[in-house]
Amino acid sequence: MTTISLDVNAETHQLELDNRTTLLDALREHLHLTGTKKGCDHGQCGACTVIVDGRRINSCLTLAVMHQGDEITTIEGLGTPDGLHPLQAAFVEHDGYQCGYCTPGQICSAVAVLAEVKAGIPSHVTADLNAPVRLTNAELRERMSGNICRCGAYSNIAEAISEVAGRSA
Amino acid sequence: MRSFSYERATSPGDAAAAAVGIANAKFIAGGTNLLDLMKLEIETPAHLIDVNDLALDRIDETADGGLRIGALVRNTDLAADRRVRRGYGVLSRALLAGASGQLRNKATTAGNLLQRTRCPYFYDTNLPCNKRTPGSGCAAIGGFSRQHAVVGASDACIATHPSDMAVAMRALDAVVETVRPDGTTRNIPIAELHRLPDDSPEIETALQPGELITSVTLPKPIGGTQAYRKVRDRASYAFALVSVAAIVQPDGSGRVALGGVAHKPWRIEAAEAELPDGAKAVTARLFADAKPTRDNAYKLPLAERTLTAVLREARA
Repeated sequence: MTTISLDVNAETHQLELDNRTTLLDALREHLHLTGTKKGCDHGQCGACTVIVDGRRINSCLTLAVMHQGDEITTIEGLGTPDGLHPLQAAFVEHDGYQCGYCTPGQICSAVAVLAEVKAGIPSHVTADLNAPVRLTNAELRERMSGNICRCGAYSNIAEAISEVAGRSA
Repeated sequence: MRSFSYERATSPGDAAAAAVGIANAKFIAGGTNLLDLMKLEIETPAHLIDVNDLALDRIDETADGGLRIGALVRNTDLAADRRVRRGYGVLSRALLAGASGQLRNKATTAGNLLQRTRCPYFYDTNLPCNKRTPGSGCAAIGGFSRQHAVVGASDACIATHPSDMAVAMRALDAVVETVRPDGTTRNIPIAELHRLPDDSPEIETALQPGELITSVTLPKPIGGTQAYRKVRDRASYAFALVSVAAIVQPDGSGRVALGGVAHKPWRIEAAEAELPDGAKAVTARLFADAKPTRDNAYKLPLAERTLTAVLREARA
């Protein structure tokens, strides 16, 4: 067991955890932040995506003890039912889900994707590595490929993200 | 997952020493491959040495105009570095062709090199695998082997190395710098880092027990048209069936390394002399000793056609 403090959604929590506890399990089972979902638990589906120090990661493939002092943002920290994050509102507006299980991961990932594009980080489909990046539909789909939606709501997810991207551009 | 103790190392030398001072210890950096394997109890370390505090996350220019990439530089940061994009496009392209945005944010340069095969029989603990359980046999030989190695394999193992980044680094003649438990350092050319399986597929690299990669150095940029073309079952987020890293010079000379075909990035420098004669001549040389299975024989013509496409684009 190791005692750590985790900074989640701007709140600090002291936890005594088995070293084996993933960040995902710490969030869900110990902090009861169940918005972050456990899908495959092997880094393949993206349902567990959270934002750590401004970057999206799979919370199932990292240990909680490795995140002492890091700034962790989950879906609960992006918006509230009364004050939705623009991407949460856009997912509702565009019906970017069916069952909703992948949605928190999709939204956390999308928030980070917009930041990555803004920072000029290229992707596999970026034609010119040395030119500014534009968030085309192909760019968006490539960058979101680590988030699987078994209901197949991809078209609506892409529309939701595009709308927010266009607004902030 | 088996229980383990955990420490955060404060210097590379201390980390290397700790790794041999405690039985069954392993380094952890990004953890994206190791933790996956620990959940499946394919990896069962008794002690984890977290190396994330070792300040090995910088990319510095070397005196001879190359780049020294810290072992902890994340795949995203390496791919996006302006100097890498300008001078080593094949490396940016290879990194961006691998994994997902989330994984590239966590995965490190050294960890990418040391990731383990994605052979499905290595992952299936109900089946024999000489890499997972030495001496138990190989379920891939005679099994479904369309993803497996066509060259450099052995009777003990036909797994491939899954990295895209390593294939580009092989084409770029990267050099891996390490520190050993006694504090000494050494340089390992990337061609010598990964081993062929032979009769001990569980030994995958030239690293000694406790030896820690601290950086990867790239020689100064060699210019040319650089490309990384990856053929896979999906357009994104899948491992290579075949990949081609190529650097083609205006005079038609160049370098070629293949991914997805062997237990290590596959490059034979002598084959590059055939580049002016086209892809067929090059791949004939690269695959002179190939022993494909019925399932993966398609990789030979696929590699030739992929290289043909790369050369056509480079010379356009």
